[in-house]
Amino acid sequence: MTATEQQAAGTLSGPLRAALIEKLTALADDEIILAHRDGEWTGHAPILEEDIALANIAQDELGHAGLYLELRRALDGSDADQLAFFRDAADYRSARFVELPKGDWAFTMVRQFLFDTYEALWLDAARTSTYAPLAEVAEKAFREEKFHLQHTALWVERLALGTGESRRRTQAALDELWPYAAQLFQPVPGEAELVAARIVPDLDKLRGSWESFVLPHLTGKCGLTLPDAPADAGAGRDTHTEHLAPLLAEMQSVARAVPNAEVW
Amino acid sequence: MTQPQLVQPGETAEQHAAFEARIGRGEKIEPGDWMPAEYRRQLIRMISQHAHSEVVGMLPEGEWITRAPTLKRKTILIAKVQDEAGHGQYLYHAAETLGISREEMLDALLSGRAKYSSIFNYPTQSWADVGMIGWLVDGAAIKNQTMLAGCSYGPYSRAMVRICSEETFHHKQGKEMIVAYAGGTPEQRQMAQDALNRWWWPALMMLGPHDADSPNTGALAGWGIKLKTNDEVRQEFINEHAPELLEAGLTIPDPDLHQDAEGNWKHGPINWDEFWAVVKGQQGLNRERLGARREAHEDGAWVREALEAYAARQVGQAAD
Repeated sequence: MTATEQQAAGTLSGPLRAALIEKLTALADDEIILAHRDGEWTGHAPILEEDIALANIAQDELGHAGLYLELRRALDGSDADQLAFFRDAADYRSARFVELPKGDWAFTMVRQFLFDTYEALWLDAARTSTYAPLAEVAEKAFREEKFHLQHTALWVERLALGTGESRRRTQAALDELWPYAAQLFQPVPGEAELVAARIVPDLDKLRGSWESFVLPHLTGKCGLTLPDAPADAGAGRDTHTEHLAPLLAEMQSVARAVPNAEVW
Repeated sequence: MTQPQLVQPGETAEQHAAFEARIGRGEKIEPGDWMPAEYRRQLIRMISQHAHSEVVGMLPEGEWITRAPTLKRKTILIAKVQDEAGHGQYLYHAAETLGISREEMLDALLSGRAKYSSIFNYPTQSWADVGMIGWLVDGAAIKNQTMLAGCSYGPYSRAMVRICSEETFHHKQGKEMIVAYAGGTPEQRQMAQDALNRWWWPALMMLGPHDADSPNTGALAGWGIKLKTNDEVRQEFINEHAPELLEAGLTIPDPDLHQDAEGNWKHGPINWDEFWAVVKGQQGLNRERLGARREAHEDGAWVREALEAYAARQVGQAAD
């Protein structure tokens, strides 16, 4: 961790520090789990060009997770790999939205589009965070996220306007994902104080910007229909789908087989 | 030099002589240039097999993406498998310059008519196999590809230059992993040794049959496609890797391995029956690998159709 990170960490009050740790964990966990789902496509994508492109997105998301966890390390000395590979599902703070299985290509692309829009807007706003190390990370990740968004927005468009089958699959993906997407805008405990200190963006406002970006694209340009199901976030980030535990059991199997390994 | 059966109907001995003279001068043959039909056929066979090997080669290591033990290892492994997809892409393009389409090549792969390197039919049984594949399998591939980078066909040669530079990273990360595990906990050391036991002989065999049993070598050498024999490349590979593996504290599973008076590391007898059984798909995961590729291809059919329909629609709109 850099001297700036260390210094900035020292300026935070106890409650703000605890809330920021919680927030960084939630941000990182979404990236770890989504990258895992995207990584499941590597070698199995519908065209060779997408084995390449989606693998790139997965690497970037893992990179973002690493950046967030590095910020967390400056706050509590925790280790990124210990957190990723030695926490059980109950201690993960991922949204259920990213935990859902990868589904078909339409499901993966619609989810990634909804997530990329949220993340790009969040990072764009976080570039002016009063917590300098976070502002720096946001600046760096924002550049990558814009490319993801261009890529996935175009995929959703091509699938929605392709054949009858691709349209049906894309609509089905949206129907299933839409209610889950609201979880991305659920605050973590203590988030209001972080917003008041202008350390992180306000998720309520962000949701407005998100809707004014995704709705015209989905219902306008792509001609899809929003499902009737209310976009209700439901339980908080400490509640998970039944898919997370098996995902982690697989993901953590090698690391946990030799728990005292100093190097992997 | 010209072997009579290589001059096909419609071709003259003079054309062949002029062609071979170009190769003799070290010129590259480019897509629009005259070339013997047999040269074209051999290159399509080799380049497409090579492309298929990259594409099928994504699978054995790709299996471990979901289980990589650190965030860094996971990122590296995704990047490596991604590179293999990229290599497949360059190579399909290189083959396309010879007048065959990617669809035809994929069809030949998925229907089982085309071959790919049988090394990818061996199962990856532990995480250390990922490292050992990087060190030994990619190490052997680099020896072969460095030679092919000097081959007479321009597009293939240039693709190889690019591929070799990326493979060098794969090789380094594999070696770094195995050296770390060989010096790690007893479990990690055992994992590295087991992986070496599994991959040593397949890595030697992947460089092809002994020169005396290699049916294609003669013609390919004459046309500057293959600049070294299988046994020469194999010797280079062993000379580099045997001392490094020993230095890492691992045991090479060949009791006859020794250094001769010239400093070459000589291996014991290779079990070619196993090699041919895996090549023919009687042993190993040929069915599973092709099954996984077929499934990805079939599951992706609707996506490719959607792309075509969307593109046609864009063209239609532009014409309006």
